[in-house]
Amino acid sequence: MKDIYDVVIIGGGPGGYAAALYCVRAGLDTLVLEKLSAGGQMATTTQVDNYPGFDEGIDGFELAEKMQRGAERFGAVTEYAEVTALDLKAVPKRITTSAGEVQGRAVILATGASPRMLGVPEEAAMRGRGVSYCAACDGMFFRGKTVAVAGGGNSAAEDALVLSKICKKVYLVHRRDTLRATKSYLGPLEKAENLEFVWNKQIDGLQATDGQLTGISMTDRVTGERSTLPVDGLFVAVGRVPDTDLVRGQVDLDAEGYMIADETTRTSVPGVFAVGDARTKPMRQIITAAADGATASKFVEEYLQQL
Amino acid sequence: MLTLNRENFAQEVLQSEQPVLVEFWAPWCVYCRRISPALDRMDQASEVKIAKINIDEQPELAAQFQVEVIPTFLLFQQGQHGDRLIAPGSQAQIEEWIRTQRG
Repeated sequence: MKDIYDVVIIGGGPGGYAAALYCVRAGLDTLVLEKLSAGGQMATTTQVDNYPGFDEGIDGFELAEKMQRGAERFGAVTEYAEVTALDLKAVPKRITTSAGEVQGRAVILATGASPRMLGVPEEAAMRGRGVSYCAACDGMFFRGKTVAVAGGGNSAAEDALVLSKICKKVYLVHRRDTLRATKSYLGPLEKAENLEFVWNKQIDGLQATDGQLTGISMTDRVTGERSTLPVDGLFVAVGRVPDTDLVRGQVDLDAEGYMIADETTRTSVPGVFAVGDARTKPMRQIITAAADGATASKFVEEYLQQL
Repeated sequence: MLTLNRENFAQEVLQSEQPVLVEFWAPWCVYCRRISPALDRMDQASEVKIAKINIDEQPELAAQFQVEVIPTFLLFQQGQHGDRLIAPGSQAQIEEWIRTQRG
């Protein structure tokens, strides 16, 4: 890692590496800061079927490595470091990381999103002791057991289906009386004999014995009645939150925390661009993140020319 | 990177002079796979020995350490371990946790 780059890209998912590819091919000195390994959320998907060009689909982890190598082939540099502080108003912009400080004449924020927490007491402490955010990862630990899935969208529906094939009993607990999930999930969910819908219930507490989850407590959102449900596992699938805590107070965010930027990817701060899932946009997909990355390079160039 | 099993666990971990970072993982764990490049990099650079336990092949070790979710990390020093680290979000977080564990 040098001291200064034309453009520093924070996040090595599809948005970040598409931006890196286009920036480096435009002749810009390009650095990608990645805190773990390439791909972000995409890298935990084993089968990607909606990114064109792969007629048999492709493993998300492998696609991530291909995107990384594709950008590095032209000279983009990856530094594995976590960003701890940003000064986006400075010229050039200052970025503090776990591997030291670096400067960027322009910055592209490709920080992505993470699973949203339910927001009940002890939730963080109970992770790995019965509470999970990934049915595909942890489902196998609950073979033959009773679990609840919290949520009502596509990821909750998908998790409930996966778990119904492994577990003895699955409760799908939702705050409302209908799912927000795509209709194609409803048939399979209704057919799963060990799956039960629990409607209008807000989960507000976790019960544990010896540090291990034994049940959840709930309040009925219509009657206000309180109840408990004994479960061995709770899978939380209540959506995602953008990873934008680092830029809060510097870049304008919407009410849900997404960085406000239109198709140009320009944020409220000159020279700072937002791509991928962390940007305000109608559709969050690998291909739209990659598209953002390409578009950002055009406006990064434009910004650098007028500096 | 060192692969642990019931046969070598005592010698490689419990009797190790060096601190040992142990990751409990499985081939089907997609998040473990995201972490593995970071562990490879740390294995080159760290003064801590890094070792893996495949919980599908070593269910007794997983049960012995009450591993109920993966990836789970334990740091062994002089045969003892402290708090566990579950599904860390970054390489920096793993390194910081190791520093805290070592005191």
